[in-house]
Amino acid sequence: MKTPEVLANRPPDVKEVHIIWMTSGLSCDGDTISTTGASLPSIEDVVMGNIPGLPKVHLHNPVLAYEVGDDFMKYWHMAAEGRLDPFVLVLEGSVPNENIKSEGYWAAMGTDPHTGQPITTNEWIDRLAPKALAIVCAGTCATYGGIHAMEGNPTGAMGLADYLGWEWRSKAGLPIVNVPGCPVQPDNMMETLLYLLYQVAGLAPMIPLDEQLRPTWLFGKTVHEGCDRGSYYEQADFAHEYGSPKCLVKIGCWGPVVNCNVTKRGWMDGIGGCPNVGGICIGCTMPGFPDKFMPFMDAPPGAALSTAIVGIWGGAVRKLRAITNRTVNKEPKWHHRGTHLTTGYQPKYYGNGNGRG
Amino acid sequence: MAEAIATKPRQTTPGKSGQIVEMSWDPITRIVGSLGIFTKIDFENKKVVECHATSSIFRGYSIFMQNKDPRDTHFITSRICGICGDNHATCSVYAQNMAYGIKPPPLAEWIVNLGEAAEYMFDHCIYQDNLVGVDFCEMMVRETNPGVWEKAKVTPAPHAKDHGYRTIGEIMTALNPFEGEFYRKTLQMSRVTREMFCLMEGRHVHPSTLYPGGVGTVPSIQVFTDYLTRLMNYIEFMKAVVPLHDDLFDFFYEALPGYEQVGQRRILLGCWGSFQDPDVCDYNYRTMDEWGRAMFVTPGIIVDGELVTTNLIDINLGIRILLGSAYYEDWQDSGKTFVKHDPLGNPVDKRHPWNQTTTPKPQKRDFDGNYSWVMSPRWFDKRTGDHLALDTGGGPIARLWTTALAKLVDIGYVQATGHSVKIRLPKTSLKPEVELEWKIPKWSNAIERDRARSYFQAYAAGVALYCVEQAMKEVLAGRTQTFTPFKVPEEAISCGFHEAVRGVLSHHMVIKNRKVANYHPYPPTPWNASPRDSYGTPGPYEDAVQNTPLFEENGPDKFKGIDIMRTVRSFDPCLPCGVHMYLGNGKLLKQLHNPTAFAPLAKK
Repeated sequence: MKTPEVLANRPPDVKEVHIIWMTSGLSCDGDTISTTGASLPSIEDVVMGNIPGLPKVHLHNPVLAYEVGDDFMKYWHMAAEGRLDPFVLVLEGSVPNENIKSEGYWAAMGTDPHTGQPITTNEWIDRLAPKALAIVCAGTCATYGGIHAMEGNPTGAMGLADYLGWEWRSKAGLPIVNVPGCPVQPDNMMETLLYLLYQVAGLAPMIPLDEQLRPTWLFGKTVHEGCDRGSYYEQADFAHEYGSPKCLVKIGCWGPVVNCNVTKRGWMDGIGGCPNVGGICIGCTMPGFPDKFMPFMDAPPGAALSTAIVGIWGGAVRKLRAITNRTVNKEPKWHHRGTHLTTGYQPKYYGNGNGRG
Repeated sequence: MAEAIATKPRQTTPGKSGQIVEMSWDPITRIVGSLGIFTKIDFENKKVVECHATSSIFRGYSIFMQNKDPRDTHFITSRICGICGDNHATCSVYAQNMAYGIKPPPLAEWIVNLGEAAEYMFDHCIYQDNLVGVDFCEMMVRETNPGVWEKAKVTPAPHAKDHGYRTIGEIMTALNPFEGEFYRKTLQMSRVTREMFCLMEGRHVHPSTLYPGGVGTVPSIQVFTDYLTRLMNYIEFMKAVVPLHDDLFDFFYEALPGYEQVGQRRILLGCWGSFQDPDVCDYNYRTMDEWGRAMFVTPGIIVDGELVTTNLIDINLGIRILLGSAYYEDWQDSGKTFVKHDPLGNPVDKRHPWNQTTTPKPQKRDFDGNYSWVMSPRWFDKRTGDHLALDTGGGPIARLWTTALAKLVDIGYVQATGHSVKIRLPKTSLKPEVELEWKIPKWSNAIERDRARSYFQAYAAGVALYCVEQAMKEVLAGRTQTFTPFKVPEEAISCGFHEAVRGVLSHHMVIKNRKVANYHPYPPTPWNASPRDSYGTPGPYEDAVQNTPLFEENGPDKFKGIDIMRTVRSFDPCLPCGVHMYLGNGKLLKQLHNPTAFAPLAKK
């Protein structure tokens, strides 16, 4: 028999790839920190070549870099000049609007060695985007604007697709890849990067994305669909106070209409999350976050009607289930110490297929 | 696209030796956020003669928050910081509890304490050995101080039996990024501690289960068992971590005589206290003195080694926000006075955060004038009339120092003695009980800031062990309530005091018409990263870097600035916390970086 082809024996189509990770959008660096928490896979799994079939990965992230200052920025300049090829650009933080003022900048990183001028984040995007194999937006700020794009903000902040255009394609034909979350769920981020590395290696087809440019396998379901408190909703059994183990939809949870897998995946290796552990879903993965979900601690406007409707049916279901639950909580009546066997055992009927085994 | 305007090259008066070189590092990596350090270095005398610290990202929190529902403030302020967002959320919840006049059930307080302890354990862990540690790793030391590396290779590690590395050189190798054994172990431990955090507060770094009035965490036996078993693994890890760092840091004093001067500054430390004792804390401003002193990390202010106060009311009333080198309009004569007197009738200064009005005034950066968006928080010492530029030393050194001197904490696993803090780590699978003792050091310098961080990891583990026992007692006694209902009042003033991982954190709130009328968070980084204030006093980073001697063996051509990096990183900079202020409505902004690395200015 021919030995099957395995990834460990197959050189990747692209041998080495760089990841240029910008945290200099309007951000809190929380997406980088979150990603250091990933274990499925971890950053070091990818960087140290722990997964078969992948290209060698060189990560350039300011929070983790060995280099400082100019030594660090040289990779940015090389990438912009086409001398660091191929690379994947990761953006963290929202993109400010630099056109609403005549001078200065909202966000910048490093300095132009020729002019001594600071290089704005937007300028870096303009320089790097045409050269990148793919762009990944980490977190809700970079994807859709997020907290810093809240109503009343002074910077005119927006997500990258608003800045580059939703139809933007990389030189390799990839759309922007959005991994929202405030912050990004650690394994969602690393798994998306892993997929792209498989794609770069020639091992996977085009990454499947939805209209909001999210990986479909991560954001195709709602919080509610994955929530282990969903059955409380089904039974119209709602929490009226925080600290209750029941469905939180009447005290501010937006789970039924929010695309996110945190209730399924948990936060760290299956632990934690949001409504599954008592935290209302405030819609932090959504393009409408935060404004469309505030004030966070009030019930969503649709919740009153939907919970009233489910109340009629759910109340009945809960009563019926309670009856069945009491029944199945009792052992069968033939478990006893009496002198007579009452299990229904009848040896003479053995093996004649009448169901009395 | 708008062009930024550079500051003119600075005229520099050459020192006696002549060669003053302007050098900059932008960005400083392995910290959180954007920080640029601009220095002038006298290479002949191996000294930094001048330092300015700048930042480059602006977002606008104080303004977003106006007129928002006060119940949204902990969700929003969490997003100020991506590594200690939960400290903000917690501090905001403390301030909200005061404003709404509520006290959460004791179990909720134990849960918050356990979450915050896990945050300290996580954050110090990853920062100490995955970020700061790289400054002490083999790769770095070989590059900056080959002579020190040669010595390290043959210097036995005194605590080798505790951590397993025979020489200092082996410790340095274990700290190499991604490849080093200890680096990798620490990164893994930073995940275990984040799992502990998520058990209590739902998600890291922006928690999901914190609310004013308590928590949404379901207090099952399982949740505390899951926490405890992970905690015991961390405690075993601490029994190696603390001696390992003692060996490493002591070696630097030995290998480089005079290293104690690196990053040294006057002992001016602030700590706002951490871990509420639910038996005492009622969030009433009038009794804040009492419940502040009951915290398991004692609040306090230390001036030249003397503990000036442990009273949170005194601490609160002494806070002053100065201008001087920051791009804002002054509010002294124009701004609204929201709070004339505190609830005890004490007068509240116009420069206090309750009365701050933030009006940005973008302008060119001028190192002789205004050059930062960070204001200068100071503490008014009424004994002397000084506005003190307190630092936090990155958090742990100030926390351990105030706690040690105050001699108030004694919870079985941690105990303050008046001159030290003792941490008792019980028996674990492979190691017997260990007592660690952090003693008040001679200096407030880079090495001692870093050393304190390791000890505080163990301290936080000790507090966690105490709190998990208390939480279990509540659960086993059937007291499982975790939430106290409340109503938002028409009007209120309130404050929250806490310790963010890297030091003092306060949130000041004014509520009018059930909406936020004023909200000013003051995290540690404005204290540490502040520029020269109205009295000309430099901020702590600047102060600590200036006059720091340089021990790096490289000259200007290959200079890494390692001693400067160690100084700056000893404060655990977190720039998103430093600059969160409003920037003006489309006004110009010319805050600039003008790095001119390797540009000698010497014109003899």
